[in-house]
Amino acid sequence: MSSSVSITLHQCSRTFAGDNTALQPLDLQVNAGETLVLLGPSGCGKTTTLRIISGLESPDKGGQVMFGERDVTALPIEQRDVGMVFQNYALFPNMSVADNIAYGLKIQRLPRAEIAHRLDEVMHMVDLQGFGDRRIDALSGGQKQRVALARAIAVRPKVLLFDEPLAALDAKLRDRLRIEIGQLLRELGTTAVYVTHDQDEAMALGDRIAVMQAGRIAQLGTPQEIYHQPANAFVADFIGAVNCLDVISTRADGGLVVNGGELIAAHLQGVSTVYCRPEDIQVVSVDQADVKGKVVQSIFLGQTQRLMVDTGGASPLQIEAPSRQRWPNGTAIGLALPSSVLFHPDKPTAPVNAKEMAND
Amino acid sequence: MKSRLRFTLQLGFTLLVCLFMIVPVVMSVMAGLTENYFVGLESGLTLRWVNEVWQLYADTIWLSIKLALACLLITILIGVPAAYGLLRSRRRWANAIEELLLLPVAVPGLATALALLLAYGSYREFRGSWLFILVGHVLFTLPFMVRAVLSVMQTAKLPQLEEAAASLGASFRQRFFGVVIPNCMSGILAGALMVVTLSIGEFNITWMLHTPLTKTLPVGLADSYASMRLEIGSAYTLIFLVMVVPLLVAIQWAGRLTEQRR
Amino acid sequence: MTAASKQPFGAASYLSRPSTMVGPARRKRFIALFALLPALVIFCAFWLLPFSRLIMMGAGADPSSGVSAYLTILTHRQYLISLATTVGLSLVVSLVAVAIAGVAGFFLARQRFFGKSILVAILTFPLAFPGVVVGFLVIMLGGRQGALAQTSLWLFGERWMFAYSLAGLFIGYLYFSIPRVITTVMAACDNLDQSLEEAARSLGANTWQVTKDVIVPGIAPALLSTGAICFATSMGAFGTAFTLGTRLSILPLNIYGEFTNYANFAMAAALSVVLGVITWMALSLARRLAGGNLGASV
Repeated sequence: MSSSVSITLHQCSRTFAGDNTALQPLDLQVNAGETLVLLGPSGCGKTTTLRIISGLESPDKGGQVMFGERDVTALPIEQRDVGMVFQNYALFPNMSVADNIAYGLKIQRLPRAEIAHRLDEVMHMVDLQGFGDRRIDALSGGQKQRVALARAIAVRPKVLLFDEPLAALDAKLRDRLRIEIGQLLRELGTTAVYVTHDQDEAMALGDRIAVMQAGRIAQLGTPQEIYHQPANAFVADFIGAVNCLDVISTRADGGLVVNGGELIAAHLQGVSTVYCRPEDIQVVSVDQADVKGKVVQSIFLGQTQRLMVDTGGASPLQIEAPSRQRWPNGTAIGLALPSSVLFHPDKPTAPVNAKEMAND
Repeated sequence: MKSRLRFTLQLGFTLLVCLFMIVPVVMSVMAGLTENYFVGLESGLTLRWVNEVWQLYADTIWLSIKLALACLLITILIGVPAAYGLLRSRRRWANAIEELLLLPVAVPGLATALALLLAYGSYREFRGSWLFILVGHVLFTLPFMVRAVLSVMQTAKLPQLEEAAASLGASFRQRFFGVVIPNCMSGILAGALMVVTLSIGEFNITWMLHTPLTKTLPVGLADSYASMRLEIGSAYTLIFLVMVVPLLVAIQWAGRLTEQRR
Repeated sequence: MTAASKQPFGAASYLSRPSTMVGPARRKRFIALFALLPALVIFCAFWLLPFSRLIMMGAGADPSSGVSAYLTILTHRQYLISLATTVGLSLVVSLVAVAIAGVAGFFLARQRFFGKSILVAILTFPLAFPGVVVGFLVIMLGGRQGALAQTSLWLFGERWMFAYSLAGLFIGYLYFSIPRVITTVMAACDNLDQSLEEAARSLGANTWQVTKDVIVPGIAPALLSTGAICFATSMGAFGTAFTLGTRLSILPLNIYGEFTNYANFAMAAALSVVLGVITWMALSLARRLAGGNLGASV
C-alpha cells in the first residue's frame, strides 16, 4: 500500500520521576517493511520504546527518532503518520464502528467517496462487513480489536504500532487474531513494531525479535536465533523452558560430567553450565543413555507430557515425552542429550549434523 | 423468625427517620395552600398565597434563574477546560490545584462573601450589580463542575482515546472537540445539574453580597420568613421546592446514567 | 516500562519530568496549563487575593480590646464560649447523624422491599435544601405554630417550642446532615465487597459478627468521612441559624453580627478565618479518608 519506511532509534533513554530509569540509552533499527517484536516481561521497557517511536512519549535529551531519513523526534504523534493498535482497543464510544474506522480519514479530509471506498476495503480485510452501524459497546472483544486494527490501517500509515493488542483476549481468540494479524502484516508490507509479553505471539509474528530486560535489549535476532542461540540465561529462560545442567568436571577426553551421567560436547569446552530445551531431550533405553535418572513427576499436557526427572542435581530435568506412554513416579529412565541440542550463550551452537539427526 | 423481627425493627426505624424528613415539608406545603393555617385545613385550600408571593417576589425568582444560567455558562466555559487540564497535569500539581479550587467550598460561604466584600465592596458599580453575586456563585459551584467532569474523564479512559485519535492524525483541537467533549458529556450534564441546583439554593454567600435591588430566591425566602405571615413563607417555599425537586430528580437520574456507563 | 505498562493510559506522562523532555511532552504540559488558566485566574482574583486580605485584616486591632483580633478571640470568654458551643454542637450533630443515618442507610442498601425507592427519595431529596429552608422547616416542627406546639397544646394545653434555641439548631443541622450520611453509607455498602461477607458467613459468623467484623470496618472510612463533612457543614451553617434567630451565640452569627451591627471588620475577618480553617481541616480529613465527596456548606 503506502511506501514503508525504516525506523531508527539513536541513544533513546527515558527517565521517570524518582530517577526511575525505564529505558537505558538504546539504539535500534527497524528495517523498512519488517515486523519487529519487542518482547519481555512487564517493566522491561518495551512499551516505553513503542511510545517513543509513536511520539506519545519523548526520549530524554540526546535521544533521536528517525523515520527513514526524517528526524521525527520533535513531532507529536499526530504528525508522524503512524497507525497504532492499543491493548484496550481505545475505540471512541461516542462513534459507530464505521465512524471509528473512518475517523483518521475524515481528519485527513479525504473526499467522501474515497472514505467510503477505503472503509469498504479495510472492513473487508478485517472481516467486519456489515458491522458498520454497530455501536462499540455492542461488540465482542475480538470484534473490537478488529475495529481497532481496521482503524489503524485505514489511514495507510508508514508505520504500524501494536501495544499488546491481544493481551485482553482469551486464548482461542488470541490464536486466531494472531494469525490474521500476521497475514495482514505480510499483505500490507508496512513496517511494524509489535509489543508483547507472549513468546508464541512474538515467534509467530516477528521477522526479528528484540528481547528486552530491565530497560535494555538483551538480544536482537530472528526467532530462530533467539530460540536456538539465546544470548544469555535470561533470554534462554524467558523464551521457552530450558534445563540447566551443572558441569561437575571435565574428563580428559572432553566429556562433561554432569549429575546422572556424561555429555559429549566439543563446542562447549570450559563452561560451568550446559543448557538444553526439554523437547530436545529424548527418552532412550537406560543402557544407551547419556544421563540416567528417576521420574519424580509427570504432568499431562494433552499433546505431550512433561516429565520431571531427578538426576541427582539441584533441580529435576524437564523433558517432553510422548503423551500416551506411562512413567509412574520412581521409574528409572534413560535420556539422550546429543551435542547438537546442548548450548551455552557464550559459545556458538554446534553445527547441526544431518546424519546425526537422522541416526537419532 | 429472628431475621424477620430484625427487618421489622430496622424498617420501623427507617420509617421514623423518613417521617422526620418529610413531615415538615408536608406541613410547609399545606401551610402554603391553606386559607388560614391557624384555623387549619377546614379554612379551605387556596392558591392565594402563591399568587401573593408571585406579586411580591417574582423578580427574585427571575434573578435566581438568570444567575443560575449565567453561572452554568461560566462554569462550563472554565470548568471543562480546567478538568481537562487537571487530567493532563502531573498528579502532584493536579492535586494541589484541585485542593485550591475546592477552598471556596471548604470554607463557609460567609467567609468567602466577607472576603469578597472587603476586597471589592468599594467598587460601587460592581458591588451593586448582580455580577457581584455571580462571582460568589461561580467560586462556589466551579469545583462541582470540575469534579463531575474530571471523574467521567478518568473513567472514560480519555487519555487513551486521545492517544488513539492523535495516532490517526487528529490535532489537539480536533481531539478536544471530537473525542474529549463528546465522551464526557455525561459528566458535563451531571455537573450542570449540580451547578444550577446549588446556585438556585445558595444563601450563605448571597445574603452577604445582595443589595435591595439584587435579591435572589433564597434571600427572598429569608426575608419572607422574617417579616411575612407563615402562609406566605410556606407558599414561597413551595415555589422553591417546585423549582428544585425536578432538578434533584434529574441529578439522581444523571447519576444512575453515569453509573450504568461504567 | 515501569510506569507505562502498569498504568497504560497516559500514566507515564503524569510522572515524567519536563526538564529532561523534548518535543511532544512539553507541548502537552503547555496545553494543560493553558486549559487550567481561566479557572485559576478567576480563583486567584476573586478568592485567593480577597481571602489573603481577610487573613491579614484579622491581624488588625480589635476596637474593644486594642489588640489583634486573633488574640482577642483567644482571650475573651464570650468568643471562646461561642467557639466551644459551635464546635460542640457540630460534633454532637455529626455523631447523632452518623448513628441514625448509618443504621437506616445500611438497611436501605441491603434490603429489597416494595416502596424502598420512595423511602430513599424522601431521605435524600432534602440534600439540596438551602440552610434557610431547613431553618423554616424547623420552625414548622418546633415553632409557635409548629407540629410539636400544636400536639402539646392539644394534649397538655400548652405550647412547647424548641425552634429558636440550640435545640432548634440541633434539629436543623440534623435535618441537613442525615441525607448526606445516608447517600454516603448506601454508596459505601454498594462498594463493599459482598464476597467478604460471604466468606465470613462461610466461616460460621452470625449476623452480628459479620456486621462487627466485616461491614462496619468496611464502611468505617466512609462513616468517618461523612461525619467530618457533617461537622464542617454544621460549623459553617449560616442560613439555618439566621432563620432561627440571631440571638444564638454561634460563630456564623457572631461573624454576621460583628460585621453588620458593629462594623468590626477585624473581628469579623478573624472569626471567619478561624471558622474557615476549622471547616477546611475537617473537609481535608474527610477527603483524605474517602475522596470524591465535596460536601457543600449550606
